[in-house]
Amino acid sequence: MERIDRRLGLLFALPVSAILAGAFLAPLLVVAIFSTMPQKVFDFLHWPDFSSYRVILEQGYWRSILWSLGLAFTATALLLVICWPLAYGMARVFGRFTLVLTVLVVMSLFVSENIRLFGWFLTLMKGGLIEGHLRAWFGQGFEGLLFNVPAILFGLVYVYLPFMLFPLAQGIAMVPDDARAAAFDLGASRWQVFTQIELPLAAPGIMVGSLLTFVLSAGAIAEAKLLGGRAVIVIADDIETAFTFAQNWPLGSALSMVLIAVVGTLVILGLRRVDLDAIMGRRR
Amino acid sequence: MPAPILRLQGVTKRFGSFTALKGIDLEIEEGEFFTIVGPSGSGKSTLIRLLVGMEDLTEGAIWLRDRRIDQVPANRRPTCMVFQSLALFPHMTVGQNIEFPLKIRGVAAERRRERALELLELLRLPRNYHARRIQQCSGGERQRVALARALAFDPEILFFDEPLSALDYRLRKTLEKELKDLHARTGKTFVYITHSLEEAMVMSDRIAILRAGRFEQIATADEIYARPSSRFVAEFMGEVNLFGGRLSEGAFQPEEPGLRMARDPAALGLDLPEAGAATIMVRPEFLRFLNGGETADFVLAGRMIEQYALGSRLQYEVELPSGRHLTVEKLREDAFAGPRGSEVEVGFDADHVHVIRGD
Repeated sequence: MERIDRRLGLLFALPVSAILAGAFLAPLLVVAIFSTMPQKVFDFLHWPDFSSYRVILEQGYWRSILWSLGLAFTATALLLVICWPLAYGMARVFGRFTLVLTVLVVMSLFVSENIRLFGWFLTLMKGGLIEGHLRAWFGQGFEGLLFNVPAILFGLVYVYLPFMLFPLAQGIAMVPDDARAAAFDLGASRWQVFTQIELPLAAPGIMVGSLLTFVLSAGAIAEAKLLGGRAVIVIADDIETAFTFAQNWPLGSALSMVLIAVVGTLVILGLRRVDLDAIMGRRR
Repeated sequence: MPAPILRLQGVTKRFGSFTALKGIDLEIEEGEFFTIVGPSGSGKSTLIRLLVGMEDLTEGAIWLRDRRIDQVPANRRPTCMVFQSLALFPHMTVGQNIEFPLKIRGVAAERRRERALELLELLRLPRNYHARRIQQCSGGERQRVALARALAFDPEILFFDEPLSALDYRLRKTLEKELKDLHARTGKTFVYITHSLEEAMVMSDRIAILRAGRFEQIATADEIYARPSSRFVAEFMGEVNLFGGRLSEGAFQPEEPGLRMARDPAALGLDLPEAGAATIMVRPEFLRFLNGGETADFVLAGRMIEQYALGSRLQYEVELPSGRHLTVEKLREDAFAGPRGSEVEVGFDADHVHVIRGD
């Protein structure tokens, strides 16, 4: 009986396994193999020489990786600070208004990211909504607000806000009211309640939100290209260039592998510290 | 008499148009085990939230000794509460929970640990529980951890918001006794809130009965049991037989036509008012079945229709000709011999009667 069950399980898992193997694992494998090929080849029929990895180190591509990670880290930190009060409100204060807010935030996702960013481009550029109005009213213009690192960060924070906000609200909702009240009753100040009760108990939400925004931001490209105007080159931009203009697939693959390895390591380190079951609502 | 440790003066709490507490006055003595009992909706939860500072009062004042505390936030009051949910911190160990109030005060780690171990011992928990996770503790153990944490705070008054209500009967009984014992050993003032009078009677020095935002009676358990101030208290406090009536020209006219009195009320020495409504109360254990020839100050005839076993006692239901039901309780050795349905005469004497004045 048990053996049949086990076989049935295996059979049921087969279609999904096949899709995952064909659609996720195989391309990754292709990329991984390509990353070991000599420069500028378009097939696997060469001895792997790992030259792309040397190129990454020698030609300063690691700088793009650092930029991407730095931007992702800063955007995540900013999002944490920005979203905490908002998520706190959604989880505990707003009541029915929470639904309205949720719908509004989710609705913004219906519009393509590039189009939304282009909207901000028109708003922030020289002669755009802001600078144009100021010039018209005060006769004094300035160089627009685009093409710098703060503009990229603004884009990242704007685009990835929902991915921080909702997990965070979920995390804050997991903090029992009584635990908060009891800490207060036992003499804790508001700050002590925040650091010793709310932060640790909302940690799964904080972790999930941070990982989502970090991973997405690290792989982001449109913000840096559009709002940043290539003020800095991010790794995703390098990868795209390698695959397109440069026609150097092995280099693009190697850059991808490095990004996957770095981000994957950080995510695994983070996930080891979170109880995903808890945030999915299972009570211990 | 020493000054009370806690004094409430005209405490009123309104939520919009609803008045939860209607001008409550109360004095609680130092070292007392004081229990506030009320049915749900009586305002007892609101009251305890006011007392610990989790809620602001609308009118009135709360004094802790000679310090007015009603405007003081909860984290600056020298009192604390054991929550109904216990509110233990799930991300901390037992030891970290107990040490929390000390950590907040900046007590050194070494001293904190020492105190936590002392408290574990006081609550009869093994020392190695210090490193245990809350999730690994049973219901009764969690209860003790919550108590230890509250005691680590060293409050002037320890409040309890029905902490035992979620436990099963046997564990509750054990913990009631432990709590009373802990009260005796620590000498602290305990203020306890519950809906269970049984719980209140086991533990308390004094009990206050709260009903619809007002105290009906504040007295010892014995006093409330024997001499309730109102029909509500009498009925809230277990099984009871009540006979309403009016006084006219010095004579008690019971509403129950079957109630015969051997002598007139004055001769029975009852504490009846001059005129107006009054209720005669008698507890079921003071009713007795009259065998032929026996007599009593009050006599009723009826039919024994049902019998229940209550463990050490037996309870009988007697139906009067008027359709009213009486409750009679007897120890097993005094069990009624006749079969169900037999005609009986039930009597009780004036010295077991308590008179409740008014309607």
